[in-house]
Amino acid sequence: MSEQAIKVIKIGKRYSIGERIQYGTLRESVISFTSNALSRFRKKPVENTGPGISPNGGTGNTQNFIWSLKDVSFEVKKGEIIGIIGNNGAGKSTLLKLISGITEPTEGRIEIYGRIGSLLEVGTGFHPELTGKENIYLNGAILGMKRREIERKFDEIVDFSGIDRFIDTPVKYYSSGMRVRLGFSVAAHLEPDILILDEVLAVGDAAFQKKCLGKIDNIASSEGRTVLFVSHDLAAIRSLCHRTILFEDGQIKADGPTSEVVDMYLRSMDSIEDLDIKERKDFDRRSDLSVIPTFLKVENLVAEKPIRPTSQIIIKLGYRSNNPVNNLNIQLKIKDSKTNQIITTLDSDGSTCFPKEIPSEGTLICITHPIYFTSGMCRIDLRLIRGSDVAFKLENAGSFSVEDEFVYGTSNTTRYYGMFLLEHEWSFASE
Amino acid sequence: MPEIDTTSDIMEHKKGAPIKDPLKERDSLQDKPFAVYEPSKGLSLKLKELVEFHELIYFLTWRDLKVRYKQTALGVIWAVLQPFLTMVVFTIFFGNLAKIQSDGVPYPIFSFAALLPWQFFANSVTNSSNSLVNNSSLITKIYFPRLAMPLSSILGGLVDFAVAFIVFIGMMIYYDIKPTLAILTLPLFILLAVATSFAISLWLSAINVKYRDVRYTIPFLTQLWLFLTPIAYPSSLVPEKWRVIYGLNPMAGVVEGFRWALLGQTGQDWGIITASVIIVIALLIGGLAYFKRMERTFADII
Repeated sequence: MSEQAIKVIKIGKRYSIGERIQYGTLRESVISFTSNALSRFRKKPVENTGPGISPNGGTGNTQNFIWSLKDVSFEVKKGEIIGIIGNNGAGKSTLLKLISGITEPTEGRIEIYGRIGSLLEVGTGFHPELTGKENIYLNGAILGMKRREIERKFDEIVDFSGIDRFIDTPVKYYSSGMRVRLGFSVAAHLEPDILILDEVLAVGDAAFQKKCLGKIDNIASSEGRTVLFVSHDLAAIRSLCHRTILFEDGQIKADGPTSEVVDMYLRSMDSIEDLDIKERKDFDRRSDLSVIPTFLKVENLVAEKPIRPTSQIIIKLGYRSNNPVNNLNIQLKIKDSKTNQIITTLDSDGSTCFPKEIPSEGTLICITHPIYFTSGMCRIDLRLIRGSDVAFKLENAGSFSVEDEFVYGTSNTTRYYGMFLLEHEWSFASE
Repeated sequence: MPEIDTTSDIMEHKKGAPIKDPLKERDSLQDKPFAVYEPSKGLSLKLKELVEFHELIYFLTWRDLKVRYKQTALGVIWAVLQPFLTMVVFTIFFGNLAKIQSDGVPYPIFSFAALLPWQFFANSVTNSSNSLVNNSSLITKIYFPRLAMPLSSILGGLVDFAVAFIVFIGMMIYYDIKPTLAILTLPLFILLAVATSFAISLWLSAINVKYRDVRYTIPFLTQLWLFLTPIAYPSSLVPEKWRVIYGLNPMAGVVEGFRWALLGQTGQDWGIITASVIIVIALLIGGLAYFKRMERTFADII
């Protein structure tokens, strides 16, 4: 029987709406206290609403609450590396906070078997006025390391960060990249039984990200530690985790082998982004703009085939307007799943594009050369430009996934190795 | 004998006395969890945890001290300048111009003996009341006993106190005041000063998480409090029948105690000191309870 590391039993976490955003003032509290007292005075039976954390003392009005997590149960065995995925607001971060003990569940119970190290943010508690060296000690202590332990690993930490030259410089003079490196280096040398990671790899340059992934893999596999890994980087999840839990609206949507769960997630995400633009509400639009984009679709130029690095793609943008459209200028930004921008298209009002005046309804088409993107998710931000102003802006207006392909002698075409593929040859020069 | 005991125990359960929760019973067979998180009901102080995290408290204190005097030209001299300059001003205005009596010792040392604990108190309360709010990024990202925050701010204040104390010793020599045996009780009054600061900080830092009004209240509060405490004047100025009520200001007791321990003055009002000790214990217990109750929601509302 393998031992368990984490046991989550029917937990729920309730927040009052607005609680995280604003804090009350004393005046409001005094007012609500008096009005509560008055209403209590008027009708005798006072219902107890339990562990309410509402600023107005929990008047039983459930509309003031949202459940960030509800009825979530799962178990993690020792040595497992679990990926946790889901859209923003699905409850992933709340879950990690509950497991780390940062905040308390509203209901349910969590049992932790072992020392927990949580890394919800790289470099938490760094103080800008202190030097790199001083911050290693401080950060280590904050993350739960003993002083001796830090002393013992100090050289290793500095070595891993690669900033030994600046170790006696105050951190306020560091670049953000250097801070991240130092922060991750300290955290990577934590030796908890259970390691909790939240989006830590979303920062730093590609080389360092790779180093971090390698380190996490090391920590987890060779040292037999349990890891909970929250990330939007599905490639990292795929390469690190055997089991993945998908959250949706504060509940577990799926829990199983990574490949299955990630695929399921991708399908569900497609269905959101396949929503026609006209049904979405999250765009910025200038009121005097008459034209409305209706949909954005990306396909392989060869219909019905998946998009691969050597594919040409076709982007179709539907639009509608009351009158014929003049001087429409479109800009597309293609991003990777971590929102790093890959390319921006030329503005569409160049000389080779569609006529100055186009009908009031139709589809615009953009065809590319072979993309040579490495495999992974890509998203497209859409902008319509009037003069020098952005008149319409919609992030993630569309998306497409680039599949693996056997190109120049390798099938390793994931984002892990960079964003683009480039044909090249090696040879030997005798000089 | 023990066998009989156990059987009777089992019998009792079978009769329908409280049956153990099957879930909990299963747990007891396995390893005990390292930590359990669930909605808390009662009040547990988890003081053991504070001991476990003593290194964190040490590092937070160390950080506060390091940062406080970084990029200052005068550095730790500030710890001396504050009470010293206040003493000079008090001496000129209250001692020389207003001719406030100082119970038979030179006015400068009379006021400095009181300013020592006062500065410690005022600085500690100011720093630790803001400690949780100023470290909100830590509170929302890392688990540690939240008590470590106000506590380490107060410990940092003790270092400043020690520095200012050295100056005080110099003044004792200058004014040729010989310490009496009473000085042996000084640690007790330092403890009382720490307890007072901690008690007030527990309340204010926890309230500050929810109501940022506290931040604006503190400068004003310490200013008023300074005059409610016998620092510029002796407590003997307060009419006798009011002294015990006066002692409800715990700092009055601390200052009285300091003067007695350091200057060996007789005629200290023990009624004030006793009242202060009692009120500090009450504030401390209440503060701990309040802090612990609010602690659960710190990360959610900070």
